[in-house]
Amino acid sequence: MKKNRYSIFSLARNAVSYHRDWRAAWRSPDPAASYDVIVVGGGGHGLATAYYLAAEHKVGRIAVLEKGWIGGGNTGRNTTIVRSNYLWDESAHLYEKSLQLWEGLSQELNFNVMFSQRGVMNLGHSLQDMRDIYRRSNANRLNGIDSEILNPAQIKAMVPAMNVSANARYPVLGASFQARGGVARHDAVAWGFARAADEHGVDIIQNCEVTGICKENGVVTGVETNRGMIQASKVAVVAAGHSSVLGDMAGLRMPIESHPLQALVSEPLKPVLDTVVMSNAVHGYVSQSDKGELVIGAGIDAYIGYGQRGSFSIIEGNVAAIVELFPIFSRVRMLRQWGGIVDVCPDACPIISKTSLKGLYFNCGWGTGGFKATPGSGWVFAHTVAHDEPHALNAAFNMERFTTGALIDEHGAAGVAH
Amino acid sequence: MLQIECPWCGPRDQDEFQCGGEAHIVRPAAPEALSDAEWADYLFNRANTKGAHAEQWCHSGGCRRWFNVVRDTVSYKILSVYHVGDSPPQENP
Ligand SMILES: Cc1cc2nc3c(=O)[nH]c(=O)nc-3n(C[C@H](O)[C@H](O)[C@H](O)COP(=O)(O)OP(=O)(O)OC[C@H]3O[C@@H](n4cnc5c(N)ncnc54)[C@H](O)[C@@H]3O)c2cc1C
Ligand SMILES: [Zn+2]
Repeated sequence: MKKNRYSIFSLARNAVSYHRDWRAAWRSPDPAASYDVIVVGGGGHGLATAYYLAAEHKVGRIAVLEKGWIGGGNTGRNTTIVRSNYLWDESAHLYEKSLQLWEGLSQELNFNVMFSQRGVMNLGHSLQDMRDIYRRSNANRLNGIDSEILNPAQIKAMVPAMNVSANARYPVLGASFQARGGVARHDAVAWGFARAADEHGVDIIQNCEVTGICKENGVVTGVETNRGMIQASKVAVVAAGHSSVLGDMAGLRMPIESHPLQALVSEPLKPVLDTVVMSNAVHGYVSQSDKGELVIGAGIDAYIGYGQRGSFSIIEGNVAAIVELFPIFSRVRMLRQWGGIVDVCPDACPIISKTSLKGLYFNCGWGTGGFKATPGSGWVFAHTVAHDEPHALNAAFNMERFTTGALIDEHGAAGVAH
Repeated sequence: MLQIECPWCGPRDQDEFQCGGEAHIVRPAAPEALSDAEWADYLFNRANTKGAHAEQWCHSGGCRRWFNVVRDTVSYKILSVYHVGDSPPQENP
């Protein structure tokens, strides 16, 4: 099936020709006049959607339209934390499906997404934090999701560099730990899904911005782009921070606000941290990449921002928290700092839904924490688009919940953490 | 980093302020008459404008008064500052 399989043998074969004959990982075709499904947005979620539409639902003609380059949005800007320890059943099941897909993803895509299950630790700094952690951890276990509670001595044994002293400004009282959580290589996820989708005939069209959504009598007929009008009977929008902009094009008002979210990485260091540490209370999270860089995530700015950059004061507070937790990081030099535009929903949960326009679907609202959901999001969204009906796993994440009041309040597990 | 012109205290560092989100959202006059869809629109739907956006700020680390700002959400440039209850100045691009 796979014409261009990556393996030890293809590596050896291509070494003979000095690696000059590798085929491009995906084609760059011109857009066709019409498609069965157009996916708007070439982030991880859009590419995964296209892949599962082609591979599992055998949809014929699919295009992914990306206004910049694939993975150039939040997919390539995030701190790559993957976990499934969400509080409520609806989200726990969705994120757990995604985690299970991660566990086989490199094999499925024949692309090393460097998924590393090094565990994710969520720290508690107060009695109330610990009560919430126990509650969430117990809820996770009832849902069959692995979760342990660690005391400060156990945390210290796992992460010697952390300050767990009782004299800390916000002492560490304990943590929940999901051993199956971890990190992955963000670019590889976009590239792996792109390559696998391309192999199934999906057209990936970069530098193609959607500027309008065409409709007739309440039915979608295609999209307007900077490369002309392209017809489609189904349009699936996965535009993260730009979801409201796309919503406006279709005449939909969205329960979403787009905020800047920042991250930074240090110069490479020798191994010092072999798990992921997150703290909602002091608002910092950190892991160490395979290259040795400390990858540090901050919080969102309270204002709306489409500028892919945020306020310096957010970084300052974030770094202060990290240094308080890890005093030995105080003299580490930072190499790069950047921002993404995250699409935040009032209940900190995504919208994966049909809309009032027939043939128009939205997948958005993942906010600060959708990277972990990339395969699962694509998987349920592909089902929703192919069948014009949600999968059981995403039925609750519909757009009507804001009218019916059936919100899924994940602020505790998702609002701050990623 | 923004420098924000408080109408009462003058130009101050952004750190002294808190952003209170979209401006001009009016509480429904007759809440009991609203449909669920109208409630949803009031409570949850937001303009989330890419471009000139009218929003509320509070000088929380200063005089603690609220005021409105029109700010470009791409360049973050503040285009105008005006009092709560006033309409946004018209000269905005
Ligand atoms: C700093 C930071 C840290 C984060 N950390 C984590 C983390 O640790 N763990 C986690 O799970 N999540 C994290 N997230 C969130 C995560 O990155 C996102 O939820 C997820 O990557 C969203 O994927 P996506 O494919 O939907 O969006 P994107 O990758 O943003 O893709 C959307 C694409 O749509 C394109 N687009 C927009 N408008 C148009 C148009 N008109 N026409 C064509 N294309 C268009 C954009 O160019 C973009 O490429 C973080 C985010 C940020 C910014
Ligand atoms: Zn003031």
